[in-house]
Amino acid sequence: MAGSIPASATASAPARPRIGPWEEAWRRFRKHRLAVVSAAVLLMLILAVLVGPFIWRVPIDEIDFTARLQGPSWDHPLGTDDLGQDLLARILYGGRISLAVGFTAMLVAVFLGTFVGAVAGMAGGKLDAALMWLTDLFLSLPQLPLLLLIIYLFRDSLKDVVGPEMGVFILIVAVIGLFNWMPVARLVRAQFFSLREKEFVEAARALGASRLRLVMRHILPNALGPVIVAATIDVAAAIIAESTLSFLGLGFPPDIPTWGRLLFDAKDNLDFAPHWALFPGLAIFLTVVSINFVGDGLRDALDPRRVK
Amino acid sequence: MTEDHLREMIGRVKRGTLTRRGFVRRMAALGLTAPMATQLLAITGAAPAAAQSVPAYRPMRRGGGGALKILYWQAATLLNPHFAAGTTNQDAARVFYEPLAGWASDGTLHPILAAEIPSLENGGLAQDGRSVTWKLKRGVKWHDGQDFSADDVVFNWEYARSAAVAAVTSGSYRDVNVVKVDDHTVRVEFAQPTPFWADAFVAATGQMIPKHMFQGFAGANSRDAPANLRPVGTGPYRFVSFAPGDLLRGELNQNYHMDNRPFFDTLEIKGGGDAVSAARAVLQTGDFDYAWNMQVEDEILKRLEAAGRGKVNIVEGGGIEFVQLNATDPNREIDGERAHISTQHPAFRDPAVREAMALLIDRNALEQFIYGRGGPATANFLNNPPRFRSENMRWEFSIQKANDILDRAGWARGRDGIRAKDGVRLRFVYQTSVNAPRQRTQAIYKQAAQRAGIDLELKSVVASVFFSSDVANPDTYTKFYADVQMYTTTMPQADPERFMNQYVSWEISSKANSWQGRNIVRWRSEEYDRIFRAAQSELDPVKRAAMFIQLNDLVVGSNHIIPLVRRPTVSASLNNLRHVLSAWDGTLWLLGDWWRET
Repeated sequence: MAGSIPASATASAPARPRIGPWEEAWRRFRKHRLAVVSAAVLLMLILAVLVGPFIWRVPIDEIDFTARLQGPSWDHPLGTDDLGQDLLARILYGGRISLAVGFTAMLVAVFLGTFVGAVAGMAGGKLDAALMWLTDLFLSLPQLPLLLLIIYLFRDSLKDVVGPEMGVFILIVAVIGLFNWMPVARLVRAQFFSLREKEFVEAARALGASRLRLVMRHILPNALGPVIVAATIDVAAAIIAESTLSFLGLGFPPDIPTWGRLLFDAKDNLDFAPHWALFPGLAIFLTVVSINFVGDGLRDALDPRRVK
Repeated sequence: MTEDHLREMIGRVKRGTLTRRGFVRRMAALGLTAPMATQLLAITGAAPAAAQSVPAYRPMRRGGGGALKILYWQAATLLNPHFAAGTTNQDAARVFYEPLAGWASDGTLHPILAAEIPSLENGGLAQDGRSVTWKLKRGVKWHDGQDFSADDVVFNWEYARSAAVAAVTSGSYRDVNVVKVDDHTVRVEFAQPTPFWADAFVAATGQMIPKHMFQGFAGANSRDAPANLRPVGTGPYRFVSFAPGDLLRGELNQNYHMDNRPFFDTLEIKGGGDAVSAARAVLQTGDFDYAWNMQVEDEILKRLEAAGRGKVNIVEGGGIEFVQLNATDPNREIDGERAHISTQHPAFRDPAVREAMALLIDRNALEQFIYGRGGPATANFLNNPPRFRSENMRWEFSIQKANDILDRAGWARGRDGIRAKDGVRLRFVYQTSVNAPRQRTQAIYKQAAQRAGIDLELKSVVASVFFSSDVANPDTYTKFYADVQMYTTTMPQADPERFMNQYVSWEISSKANSWQGRNIVRWRSEEYDRIFRAAQSELDPVKRAAMFIQLNDLVVGSNHIIPLVRRPTVSASLNNLRHVLSAWDGTLWLLGDWWRET
């Protein structure tokens, strides 16, 4: 071929295996030792609440007055409460609900927040102003009275359709999600503002990338870091919000031992039956801490601009 | 023991052929307590009605006792007794204001601003039951130095009954007429013979406010009176400062009308927190002398008591924790109202289901493992004073029996183990307030019911909502939009008339009366109505007591009401505090007699 430059043997790069973005992320994540440990802990917790009840087959509501407020023993590895109910069984069962509520509510909040933030960040102008007003409005709403109102309005009708437990679950997830998306929306919007003026986005735009492609391929992945951190905090907030609602008698029925409910029941007996509060408290603590570290690790791993 | 038998013995005491002590001994042999026996004598005119159970007061001079610190975990918000809805406000006002008489722990009257308790012998009570004449104590002064007189008493009647003032105490004053006889005598007149005459001017609703401070505010401007927050009363302590919802301070009243009283120089009533931390503040750390209303599991109280600093006081009263089985259908709406009186509960209209429900609650476990000293198991709704307690009711816990009854009545178990008949499933919503002992009770009840093929869906509502009178809220106990509910009802007087009107048909809670009616379970019985009406004007105390016992048996026998445990008032105090408590009156009803042993 005329004008073609012969390939120079010396210029050819050494055979370096091509690394995809996900492998790269995994490689970075592994470097964050705390994150790896936390991920393992979190995985174990999730496995335990999913599989645990099939292995530890003690019923959660078996009342036994001869075994009240007992400390850990072989019969009851985590002790019993004041009705002699086995705490391990209750924590495993309650964990399913607490974790499900936490993660689902987080997903709702993150999706909503990202969507609102992305639209506001991309559109700018009047739409942006309107959306930010909406965000401010939600931020300034008194949450608790509104929660009460929503639950009073919709609890019974929802209960008729999907049953008491599922109804309460949907309601709580929706309500917690609806009140936690605002910080995410603000974060995403701020990220969008700075990112959309960056050279690589300009370049993509110049190449004729559509708006949707710009957002999905170029801006959003770069904005994910802070969102993931916010999401991990949301999981913790959701688990705690669920216990607040249970405390007010608006959450799950009182015989469903979510972690928040267990803590609430245990608080009066703290000085002579500490195990009762300790184990559910530890479960919440481990979950929240490990999720936070995993989030930290993910942020480092998924940040494409991070050089290391 | 029959009514005739009793009457004959009382007659013998009156004639002098049987001594009072002999009477009490015979009664004790029949299983009745000594207070009940003396009470029987008192109400039939064979002994003075005045209280004999107020303990001796030892201090020989006024003051010198230092500070008295009392803890109310629900704080007072205002200090006018005529606007005091709720115990905490009534009690806080009681520090400064006093009634003519209060109820002692044995259910008898103790004179405070009255010179003596009216009786048939001293001419205070009219033979026909239509009037009562109170003689006032002389030499009583308000905190600002003015004299207390009959004019003040008459003013309180006018003030409380006035529609413009809208006092919460109006019920005690609306239907009576009050006449000033002289400066130290007033007469209360009734439209019909009234066996329960000790309502107006007695106990919490009878606290006297001074005419000279309030006469300018006895109309629509009543809420603006400065004295609503800066009381001037006759009580043992004078007002110093008040932060609503937080702290109330008082100091010794040098001119108090009782000798050598009060003992303490200053008084502090602190509000806020919760029952458990209040118990700790007295029993564990000793920061306070007295804490009110220990709604705490007995197990916890016992462990705190073990510290040895303080003790738990248990005073028998009429309070009772009980379960209601709705007589109406809470799931059907008629004229925008659920649980409408024209409906019937689909399952509870079958007496077999109600009987089974009554057999499924283990009262023994409740008493032993949850309420302890604060909740002896009972089969009766009306438990106190003892002369009104029925001997005919029994309670039993038997899952076996409940199963048999339901089988016989044709309620067959479905595939999921829940019984049903004609398309009606035995699946009930069981609501109560958020309170640890109540949630434990729910768990115990649910488990037993499950074994009998009844599924209870538990619901707990935060107390401030459950017990509110908010018409817009569907979760209040007066609306009772559930199949089963549980709470404690209290008996603020030593007379059961107002307590037992909770089951008369004209008190049924409905939309028409904004759910203020007292018959919340919406149970109706013509027989009950008839006996209640008769009891209202029955002047013979023995007959009247028999009638109230009959009423108790009727409503408990229907099983729409399932009594669980009695709820005596439980409080905590330091070991060296000497107080005078009564379950029939406010905690501070005789605050002037409190002192500390050193």
